[in-house]
Amino acid sequence: MYVAVKGGEKAIDNAHRWLGEMRRGDRRVPQLETAQISEQMTLAVSRVMAEGSLYDAELAALAIKQARGDLIEAIFLIRAYRTTLPRFGYTSPIETARMRCRRRVSATFKDVPGGQILGPTFDYTHRLLDFKLLAESEDEQAEEAIPQDSADVPHVLGLLDRDGLIQKEHRTDEEPVDITREPLEMPASRAARLQVLARGDEGFILGLGYSTQRGYARNHAFVGELRIGLVDVEMEIPELGFAISLGVIEVTECETVNQFIGSKTEPPQFTRGYGLVLGQQERKSIAVALVDRALRWKELGEDFLGAAAQDEEFVLYHADNIQATGFVEHIKLPHYVDFQSELELVRMIRKDAEAAREKADD
Amino acid sequence: MAENSLAGGFAAPAVNSAVAFRGIMMAMAEPGRIMPVSGGIPPRPMDSAAGVLALTLCDPTTPVGLMPSMDQPAIREWLTFHTGAPIIAPGEAEFVFGRFDEMADFTVFRQGTSEYPDRSATLVAAVASLENSGAVLRGPGIKESRALNLPDVTPFQANAALYPLGVDVVMVAGGDLVAIPRSTRVEVE
Amino acid sequence: MTDPSDTSLGDTPPEGTHDQDYNFAYLDEQTKRMIRRALLKGLAIPGYQVPFASREMPMPYGWGTGGVQVTSACLVPDDCIKVIDQGADDTTNAVSIRKFFERTAGVRTTEKTGEASLIQTRHRIPETPLEEGQILVYQVPIPEPLRFLEPRETETRKMHALEEYGLMHVKLYEDISSHGHISTAYAYPVSVEERYVMDPSPIPKFDNPKMHQCPAVQLFGAGREQRIYALPPYTDVVSLDFEDHPFTRLRNDGVCGLCGADDTYLDEVIMDDEGTRMFVCSDTDYCATRIEEAAE
Ligand SMILES: [Zn+2]
Repeated sequence: MYVAVKGGEKAIDNAHRWLGEMRRGDRRVPQLETAQISEQMTLAVSRVMAEGSLYDAELAALAIKQARGDLIEAIFLIRAYRTTLPRFGYTSPIETARMRCRRRVSATFKDVPGGQILGPTFDYTHRLLDFKLLAESEDEQAEEAIPQDSADVPHVLGLLDRDGLIQKEHRTDEEPVDITREPLEMPASRAARLQVLARGDEGFILGLGYSTQRGYARNHAFVGELRIGLVDVEMEIPELGFAISLGVIEVTECETVNQFIGSKTEPPQFTRGYGLVLGQQERKSIAVALVDRALRWKELGEDFLGAAAQDEEFVLYHADNIQATGFVEHIKLPHYVDFQSELELVRMIRKDAEAAREKADD
Repeated sequence: MAENSLAGGFAAPAVNSAVAFRGIMMAMAEPGRIMPVSGGIPPRPMDSAAGVLALTLCDPTTPVGLMPSMDQPAIREWLTFHTGAPIIAPGEAEFVFGRFDEMADFTVFRQGTSEYPDRSATLVAAVASLENSGAVLRGPGIKESRALNLPDVTPFQANAALYPLGVDVVMVAGGDLVAIPRSTRVEVE
Repeated sequence: MTDPSDTSLGDTPPEGTHDQDYNFAYLDEQTKRMIRRALLKGLAIPGYQVPFASREMPMPYGWGTGGVQVTSACLVPDDCIKVIDQGADDTTNAVSIRKFFERTAGVRTTEKTGEASLIQTRHRIPETPLEEGQILVYQVPIPEPLRFLEPRETETRKMHALEEYGLMHVKLYEDISSHGHISTAYAYPVSVEERYVMDPSPIPKFDNPKMHQCPAVQLFGAGREQRIYALPPYTDVVSLDFEDHPFTRLRNDGVCGLCGADDTYLDEVIMDDEGTRMFVCSDTDYCATRIEEAAE
């Protein structure tokens, strides 16, 4: 006799135990410490912090360890943890012009005030496997090159701004929406778009950014400036009447300069795209800036060319990898009730069709 | 800040608000059904049911409006201390507290928009008493019909005519509340 | 059944038996307030999708996060909950969600439809008729019934605002002209109080008539899509159809191989390599209860 599949609870427990064992791997190999991840897998940690939208390297490292290195799973762990945290308020906007830059490059000018800082980059490394890393030898120590003072490092695009060659960004005192506290509404504000992009899936944003370079909403872009470094986070405390420092975070900021031939409403000038992400996320910040620029077609009076990167609903509703992975993977859950319904429908339609054919044959 | 504004909140917020919400939700789901709620004591003249509703639903993200009868320092302080809700003009507010006779023209409150009819006010209106007799209510949440002693049917009829726009009304008397959402059609007895 | 709306708990709630590391029913109070406000607006405008700032839950989107958030915002310590997936209490995801609420809210659980004050479901409405005072929470993947006709939210929102449902009728009618039948077997759209067209969640259309004038409160949560909607008890819920093609329920006309029921929704089970089939009730509680009753 048929017995429905029972014992779901036991099956789940067993699966979880097995998962724990797989995570640990061969016990003759020392267990990975989270400090090793946060110190030596910093770019993975950056990605988990950025897309998890929680700046905490230790928790990100823990999540990466627990997720067996599956970064989307790690991001998910961080997101789920993040939502349970009480919210005390909003910080003041960070001042990226006062960033202690670890890296700062401009593709539009040979040199810029404050200087170009190459910083810790993979650029110009030859991508050859370094077999020395197989052995457990210590690397040579490089000199830390972060300027310790927080003197202003003006943005490169400010130079163009002074000459009126780049589109003016309108300053507003409007409170930006918080996409983690309010449902996304279409059409979305630029603040909402930039937030979605900042925590959007790196691969998705990268692909969209790439598509704008290949003719889908083509908008030739230069990296006006890319900077990575530390900024202070401050919060106004109304009771105190001044701002207190909450700490220091690392961010990556990219501003692109884009050609713009002018429209009915705007004179010929350069326009910009903007990307700001938590941690060291160079590739992501550039891609965000490209997509941001593509999404601005309406405000700049450009045409909608039907490109994916211009399509706000398409971009914003599909950028979140936690939403995407959940829904894509959920089709492995049982759907037999719906399937049964379709089965009955197909049988019925076939029966009708057969009956009609027989009748025609008669 | 007066000392009594610190009192009268939920003793166990998670459980008190869960239980109160169930009462409020069943009231909204079954228009005209009188539900008791408890756990909070606001300053007079606010009814305890109105206070419990505020503790359950209002917070810094929900602008609250006070009609003249409720616009008193003790009530302002109590609401601010316990909910953190900003107090603004009733016409712009998400929740409005007052006496029914002060609010009888529902159209001065937020009605929602055709794309977002949910962006409308919830009026918390104090009445002298609540009993299931008088005007006849019909609509979603009501099996055939239910009677309720509405102080006036006209504003409710006008409100229902705007459906899906309009306001939702919660009437309170002491520790009892009853809801008349915009979906409820009202007839005189 | 105890009346879950009886608020006799009053001022002194009992010591909670839930996991003290988390707030009662997991969500923080501010999140619950936000969901509660959305639920009230949903009940006031039956069938209208209220946007809400869905939170990340400790389970993936698409696995019931909307339903879980709605349940979490509605639960009281006195509740007795039942969780089903595909009509069954013992499917893995149902087990997982039930455990979540046992742990975070300390509520009692049951498999009996009649004993539950709140039922969270994916893809089915129980066969046992629901009663007044009960709450049925649906997990919803795509809340927008027009989404497959028009992917843009800005457009579908306008269509609901203008009550412009012609596109849906055209689609259904095209089905009839090409297949002789409407080719939607589940998530079959309904009209609520002759105003909003609503997605009933992916329940088989067999279950649609159970929504009409249902004595229980029906709440719908779509977490990933950030929408909540609701049906108060005794609300008119009519499946879309045409005069010349009235709505029909759809079920396999077999009988349950376990309890003999001939009026329930059946799962088809393949028994062997020869393709031998057996049909059993999809509602495991209903089936087990019938078997018990027959044995008495
Ligand atoms: Zn059976």
